[in-house]
Amino acid sequence: MTTGTDAREATALAAQPAAVALRHVSKHYVRGGQEVPVLTDIDFDIAQGDFLAMMGPSGSGKSTLLNLIAGIDKPSSGQIIVDGIDIALLTEGDLADWRAQHVGFIFQFYNLMPVLTAYENVELPLMLTSLGKRERREHAEMALGMVGLQDRMTHYPNELSGGQQQRVAIARALVTDPTLIVADEPTGDLDRKSAGEVLDLLDRLNGDLGKTIVMVTHDARAADRAHAIRHLEKGELSALETKP
Amino acid sequence: MLAFLLKMAFKNALRHRLRAILTLAGLTVAILAYGLLSTFVSAWYAGADAASDKRLVTRSAISLVFALPISYRDRIRAVDGVTSVSWSNWFGGVYIDERNFFPQFAVDMPTYLPLYSEFVITPEERAALLHDRRGCVVGAKLAARFGWKLGDTIPMKGTIYPGTWPLTIRAIYHGRDERTNEDQMLFHWDYLNERIKQIYPKRGDSAGVFVVGLKDASEAALVSERIDSQFRNSLAETLTETEKAFQLSFVAMTDTIILAIKVVSYVVILIIMAVMANTMAMAARERTAEYATLKALGFGPPIVGWLILFESILVCLIGGGFGILLTFPLVRVIGHALSSVLPTFNMGEHTSLEQAIASVLVALVAAAIPAWRSMQVRIVEGLRAVA
Repeated sequence: MTTGTDAREATALAAQPAAVALRHVSKHYVRGGQEVPVLTDIDFDIAQGDFLAMMGPSGSGKSTLLNLIAGIDKPSSGQIIVDGIDIALLTEGDLADWRAQHVGFIFQFYNLMPVLTAYENVELPLMLTSLGKRERREHAEMALGMVGLQDRMTHYPNELSGGQQQRVAIARALVTDPTLIVADEPTGDLDRKSAGEVLDLLDRLNGDLGKTIVMVTHDARAADRAHAIRHLEKGELSALETKP
Repeated sequence: MLAFLLKMAFKNALRHRLRAILTLAGLTVAILAYGLLSTFVSAWYAGADAASDKRLVTRSAISLVFALPISYRDRIRAVDGVTSVSWSNWFGGVYIDERNFFPQFAVDMPTYLPLYSEFVITPEERAALLHDRRGCVVGAKLAARFGWKLGDTIPMKGTIYPGTWPLTIRAIYHGRDERTNEDQMLFHWDYLNERIKQIYPKRGDSAGVFVVGLKDASEAALVSERIDSQFRNSLAETLTETEKAFQLSFVAMTDTIILAIKVVSYVVILIIMAVMANTMAMAARERTAEYATLKALGFGPPIVGWLILFESILVCLIGGGFGILLTFPLVRVIGHALSSVLPTFNMGEHTSLEQAIASVLVALVAAAIPAWRSMQVRIVEGLRAVA
């Protein structure tokens, strides 16, 4: 493992176009009339097809940074450019459309709809596309097949183990073929075996399908699967660790 | 998308079985109670509602207790705009026991029946009735209540007019529509008058009220004035009003009770509205993370709002639907039990519609704030609700 100097250098080394570019991004919250800085002047690129892990102590701002990249939160200042679009400038409605088309989400607690079956959960993001019912079925079945759960399509989340639920969530994240997959502590609620399976899947999504993955994790073993690791400390980015 | 929203709303509605069942039961009871109270109020006004606008009632200006001389008949008939005149006396008799109450009137049958075309009688029975001075006609409901049939003699015990009055049933009338009171008895005024003149000569030849047929309903006020002016400054001044106003004067005596019943029916709806709003608020709060997830996946805030609204409407329509369906048999049962007090205890024309509107209103009000709040919750804050 080598330590690079800054994000843009690392991207240049990777010789890949930037999928995500953050320019002087800051984020603060106002609590009790006072500004509380969460992220300060963040500036780095994530290359197309990269698998980046972000680590740091609780409250360091890593989840906030992930939310900004995923377009579910807005920066106080700066630019977040994804595939040439500054998503910080999009309206809420446009941002929702953008997320539906470009981002796949994997959450720590899976966030599946408990009243929907595994199949229906995976089909959910496709409801926002122009695909017909048959096409949606093909896509959802294919995604569930990729995570090895084609035999659990009719099961409800409470009938699945944690690992299986996270695999359904991964199928849901990839079913729309997004350019970017964001994962917030995807193994945080899983035992070691299930965590390994989930990480294997993320590896495959990145390696075989070329998906750009940004993952927030506390787990060093999970971070070890990434191509590069960023550390956040009190809202500031440390140097990039890349792996050979 | 609509099918998806409906499916999600349906599944969400039944998510907590016990809560769903209790909420539906509450809604059913509330909408049922509203329907029954509304029916009760309608039944109270049924007499006025069924009143013809082509009939006037002339009574003593002092009080209904005082009778008018029968001689007024000819003078009223001579008034411009009057087509026919009949008269009736409240008999107030008892059949076996005072609990068997029903209204009885001594009427001038030949002129009375043509004025009340809503009492449908076969020509044969009508002829038999007119030929028998001791004959009477009873409503179909009343006949059914006591198991009476044609030819039966009913021994009525007089209270205002003492003695026993045996009356033979010569006709059974049916109402032209369900608003018509089928729970009363009419017999010949001549029969009453003859006997009364023998016992109390001073009480003879008098009418409780005159019923006046109008040529043109729009002239009711004018004709009323003409009639009353005939008897102004006489010993028995008259008060003439439309039959509806006459009926409403009875209802007016119980206005406060009716108002209280109406208020209670609205309060029932307000209570269930609060209960339903609480249920929806709880459900929406529990699902904050799910709604945030939907938004993160690209579903806009309006979709979340619709999801909550559809769920609320679905629950209210199911609960309200049961309430409406149960109202029909219950109205029949209660109507049967109260037939002596409220002879036309029938579902009003608009009761079901009002119940349906109340259900939808409850749904909209209950969902409004939770839907608005859920739409406003920021995704990041909503997702945090998981952890």
